[in-house]
Amino acid sequence: MREIKASDISAAVAELCVSANCELCDDVYQALKDGAAREESPLGKDVLCQLVENADIARSEQVPMCQDTGIAVVFAELGQDVHITGGLLADAINAGVAKGYSEGYLRKSVVAHPLERENTGDNTPAAIYTEVVPGDRLKITVLPKGAGSENMSAATMLKPSDGAEGVKKFVIEIVKAAGPNPCPPIIVGVGIGGTMDKAAILAKKALLRRVGEHNPNPSDAELERELLRLANSTGIGPAGLGGRVTALAVNVETFPCHIASLPVAVNIQCHAARHKEAEL
Amino acid sequence: MPGTIKLQTPLTDSDVEKLHAGDRILLSGVVYTARDAAHRRLHELLQAGKPLPIDLRGQVIYYTGPTPAKPGRVIGSAGPTTSGRMDAYTPALIAHGLKGMIGKGRRSQDILDTMKRYKAVYFGATGGAGALLARHIKKAEIAAYEDLGPEAIYRLEIEDFPVIVINDVHGGDLYAEGVRAYSISYPTRKKQRRVSDLKLGT
Repeated sequence: MREIKASDISAAVAELCVSANCELCDDVYQALKDGAAREESPLGKDVLCQLVENADIARSEQVPMCQDTGIAVVFAELGQDVHITGGLLADAINAGVAKGYSEGYLRKSVVAHPLERENTGDNTPAAIYTEVVPGDRLKITVLPKGAGSENMSAATMLKPSDGAEGVKKFVIEIVKAAGPNPCPPIIVGVGIGGTMDKAAILAKKALLRRVGEHNPNPSDAELERELLRLANSTGIGPAGLGGRVTALAVNVETFPCHIASLPVAVNIQCHAARHKEAEL
Repeated sequence: MPGTIKLQTPLTDSDVEKLHAGDRILLSGVVYTARDAAHRRLHELLQAGKPLPIDLRGQVIYYTGPTPAKPGRVIGSAGPTTSGRMDAYTPALIAHGLKGMIGKGRRSQDILDTMKRYKAVYFGATGGAGALLARHIKKAEIAAYEDLGPEAIYRLEIEDFPVIVINDVHGGDLYAEGVRAYSISYPTRKKQRRVSDLKLGT
């Protein structure tokens, strides 16, 4: 049994909230630069260069890249041999989010009830997903998710007979319907299988993958490549102003599902693609 | 930057008529920020025939909810929010005299028609470039609805704030033009099957 203090969890979460918002991941930074080099639209190229410059400013001045510092989505992979002391895991995570969003000058963008809509004042609660895994470590991933991209996401229950073609059709329909709204270039997370909710979580987890890495299953990797080609054929381009670089990556995650179902979820991510992790 | 136009707020009908989709603008002067909640209040006042807390005639609204300013700074990160959420409230504001909007994302046909009729323009600012854009904001103060916190109406003084004309009063739509220019269509499986049918001599 290894003990981990709730206060250490809070401190780690607070730091991750701030770094995720101010420091663009190196793989995404490189993908924007590569995109700028290959983009054929002069306006699109300028937008990509602006985004790189924006990332440089945010990192050096430790200010958020974007004013929508998001709702905190937190994945906690809790080792089975960990014993958390001094408080509950969820409370520790929420305390960390409140601390990070206040001390890091991040925006408080959460309302307590979806219909009554009163701001909670501290960006809590986080949307927490906890998984128990082997070992004695706690791995925390913070994914601040903005509404611009999240609002363009969708899920559907296809028929098994719709197959891969049905999946492609749905994913590209969602990318086209989103157009300029989610701040392209986007990263597209696709969850296929499980149940409606499981597919959605898979789609969000798919956003954590490094740009350029593919699903280890060869046919899923082929689907990813095809979807990326199709997304970049829409012509939507950087900021939706027209161009060849509409998506930096399409990541597919799958899970076994019911013999009569084909659940598909598409979680759109913007070019900030914010996620940072720590292991305690 | 080649081909940029320097523009000063407030805007006149003549300013707006000269603009075309794709024009790159460096905007200076005063703009007002307003998001969903502020728009709903302004709309209710217009519907009731009551005066607005600020005179929006000739003015430009920037759809943004900035992060809190770090000590010593004018404003936090301040990029555009998705304009579409304000669509329901916008035609009434344009009819009232609002001349420009800065945001990102598509607008409704109702807004585009109202813009044409009353002479207003829709500018796009680069979504996600919150740190970069904040550098062009020289002053920020609350103008109305302080109780709304980050959703209050702020009066901003901007200098050479980079925007691009998305929708003009001549029917120009940069989002539509962009997709037309850069989309690629591939032959579908259906077409390929038809070709192979021909090859079979049917």
